[in-house]
Amino acid sequence: MKPEMLVKEHYRTAVYQTPFHPRTSQLNVLNEWHRWKDYTIADAYFDEALEYAAIRNACAVFDLTPMTKHRITGPDALAFLNRLITRDIAKIKPGRVGYCVWCDDGGKVIDDGTVFHMRPGDYRLCSQERQLDWLTRSAYGFDVSIVEDTHDVCGVALQGPTSCAVLKGIGCSGVEKLSPFAIGWYPFAGGELMVSRTGYTGDLGYELWIDPERAVALWDALFCVGAAHGIRPMGTHALEVSRIEAGFIQAQVDFMPADQAIHQDRARSPFELDLGRLVDFSKPNFNGRRALLEEQKRGSRYRLVRLDIEGNKPARSAYIYDRKRTVVGTVTSAEWSPSAKANIALASLQMPWGLPDDELWAEIYYQRELKWSKVMARCRVVPGAFYDPPRRRATPAADF
Amino acid sequence: MTDHKRILIVGGGHNGLVCAAYLARAGREVLVLEAAERLGGAAITRSFAPGFSVSACAHLSYLLDAQIHRELKLATHGLKWAHSNLRTVALAAEGEPLVLNGAQVEGGKLGHDDADALVAYRRRMLRFAQVLGRQHNRRPPRIAGGGREEVIGAAKLGFDIRRLGRDSMREFLRIAGINIYDVLEELFESPQLKGALALDAVLGTNLAPRSNNSVLALLHRLSGEAMDAPGGLALPAGGMGAISDALAHAARASGATLRTGAAVKRITLDGDHVSGVELENGEQIAAGVVVSNADPARTLLQLVGARHFETGFVHRVRHFRAKGMAAKLHLALSGLPTFKGLQASLAGERLLVAPDAAYIERAFDRAKYGQCSPEPALEITIPSVHDASLAPQGKHVLSAIVLYAPFDPRASGDVARSELMENCLQVLERHAPGLRQQVVASELLLPADIEQEFRISGGHWHHGELALDQLLMLRPVPGAAQYAMPLDGLYLCGAGCHPGGGVMGSAGRNAAQAVLKSERAA
Repeated sequence: MKPEMLVKEHYRTAVYQTPFHPRTSQLNVLNEWHRWKDYTIADAYFDEALEYAAIRNACAVFDLTPMTKHRITGPDALAFLNRLITRDIAKIKPGRVGYCVWCDDGGKVIDDGTVFHMRPGDYRLCSQERQLDWLTRSAYGFDVSIVEDTHDVCGVALQGPTSCAVLKGIGCSGVEKLSPFAIGWYPFAGGELMVSRTGYTGDLGYELWIDPERAVALWDALFCVGAAHGIRPMGTHALEVSRIEAGFIQAQVDFMPADQAIHQDRARSPFELDLGRLVDFSKPNFNGRRALLEEQKRGSRYRLVRLDIEGNKPARSAYIYDRKRTVVGTVTSAEWSPSAKANIALASLQMPWGLPDDELWAEIYYQRELKWSKVMARCRVVPGAFYDPPRRRATPAADF
Repeated sequence: MTDHKRILIVGGGHNGLVCAAYLARAGREVLVLEAAERLGGAAITRSFAPGFSVSACAHLSYLLDAQIHRELKLATHGLKWAHSNLRTVALAAEGEPLVLNGAQVEGGKLGHDDADALVAYRRRMLRFAQVLGRQHNRRPPRIAGGGREEVIGAAKLGFDIRRLGRDSMREFLRIAGINIYDVLEELFESPQLKGALALDAVLGTNLAPRSNNSVLALLHRLSGEAMDAPGGLALPAGGMGAISDALAHAARASGATLRTGAAVKRITLDGDHVSGVELENGEQIAAGVVVSNADPARTLLQLVGARHFETGFVHRVRHFRAKGMAAKLHLALSGLPTFKGLQASLAGERLLVAPDAAYIERAFDRAKYGQCSPEPALEITIPSVHDASLAPQGKHVLSAIVLYAPFDPRASGDVARSELMENCLQVLERHAPGLRQQVVASELLLPADIEQEFRISGGHWHHGELALDQLLMLRPVPGAAQYAMPLDGLYLCGAGCHPGGGVMGSAGRNAAQAVLKSERAA
């Protein structure tokens, strides 16, 4: 945390502007903003649909500076992370990123995020929620340093088919060779630009990490080079559509962080979020291990499913019925998918529902000119992402 | 490869020995590893000056479990009492001492109804203490997520409270969480009587009479009497070490192997299961089960290591309140001291310096902020009156629990120790003029000294505070109150578990049963 944020005057500023604000504020012709943690971030800049279209057809830039970031170093950094996180962090080699979740002792997910193994033994943990308290508490008994450096590191996501070409244009030579979840470092404006082939859109894309002093220069370089590649700024609304298409979950939306849930049945285990692949029981100890082993024995309570719903009315917050009779769950995220041309949703269903042959129905309420109507729409369980273009994984990345 | 047959017990305190005896009786191969050169932990008798021996930590037996005494045949294994059913004397610097013998009271300055009130108070408190006492040899029930057995366990506890009857149950629930000062104010007039009764509620704890939970701590103390502890309030012949010796004898007779001078450096793991221990000298001993008599923090955070447990569990263990507030005073005396107004025949009873409850509270006030009490409260025994083995002919040993001494005094340990020693001598001199001249040798153990000598983190007599949030199914921490720790093969059997401290043995017995039960389940 920046020292100036700790001095007495910090409370005078309720919401900070990110170092990109001089540019994002010019571009936000709709003047639509919301608060994300300590910062103000654009919902949309000029047109949600066109911003989304840029993600899938050109490239779009998203300011993700408010993402909570922690620098984790020290002799026990790996041991610490391996106890904290359910997957085996030893498998994330230097220069690689891993998606992960971490649980409380009860095996319920506190948050999901990404671990960046930057240089050997030097980790960055990005999370949706504030985690310093849990991380500090978890550090007891480990020789590890944990610094929340959210405000010292700026980030933008550059997502879409032409993103690689733009990066090459600003001087990241060889960036096309980065495989998904790889990290590269490139000289930029007298400093260093860290590029990871990661993102929240399920498309070819990168996340760029830079110190605040060079933030505006980076933005300008991207938009200067990107002009020829259809670059656009994007707000959270456009990002939201693409992340649901990719089938990604979000804390506070698709699951309740375990440390914030008051009702026992609100939190979810990794298995209940379809993230069982991130749990590695071969590790002798990690937070939640005993409870998750028990869950494996006894069975989970819920199942996260991806639903393709008939019709075109997004099933936001809809109840899901078994054969139109019994409520068996609720939709947590829903959108019309322009790329899949489908009415898609993520839903949390009670076990044992959510198998491909189940006859599931969504009870969708929608409003037309202030009049509410209801429709029961048949749902089909879909394995994996709704939209998954081959360019997402192709290495080397193409220019388009 | 883990040796699945052997059971290791880390620490040969009285609970470790009880656990060893029960496991050995059940035919298990048991090896007890005690760091010190003698067995017994905080229940030992040792020399502190040439010719003078004393019970070095606990100095009275009042909680020893009758069932364990019977089942392990401690009497045939050599346990005898030098004196049983001691009376309690509230010393008076001015005026007459007050003598308590159960519910009977003589002498002292009493209020008009105090004697009658005492009878009713004792009857009621003993009934309440019996509710706790009945739980001693039971595994505390798991509140959430248990099966039929747990529901029955919880029902038994509920039934024990309910069968007090409506009015008594209401009174039990009213006072169990409050402080002894308020309860005594309601019932008694005599400051001298209230002081004596209040002291029993705070001995060995980090509480003063006005601290909540002091009633509960009192009930815990009285639970021995309520459950007919062998000997009552008693002095074992040969000091408290005699209890440990009898337990060791019983354990050996059942086939357990007891090793002293074997300090465990760490408990070793094989994956998610304990595999044995490593001693300070580097020796490795394999075992499928390790039962630790050490306190929870030492066992879990030091011997195993925080990283082998989950974050929430470690957090709770770290915040298990276990800082001692009591010091232990040993004086070698050239003769029997004369206490003001006290017949010489009563000098061997339990003597209290707690002229009123506020005196104890004031003693606590300084200690809360890191200073030793300027005028400490004392529980004194002179066991040599009844037991000639402890001191040379005609000479005596005085053993006293001193309230209060902080675990981490603001002054250095040496300064605090000599300051508190002087405070103790001044207080003693006031009650027994000339005592100072009789002192030929002395020793004062601050909580930090107790931590070091007896290897109890925080130097707390009971391994941890006796409080509502640290008893029964919450002791030592929620989710680990059934002796099995969240690491396969690891158990706790010390006073840090239900039913807590005092030389009782129930934690050791219950832990042995937990080990045998999980064997059956496997």
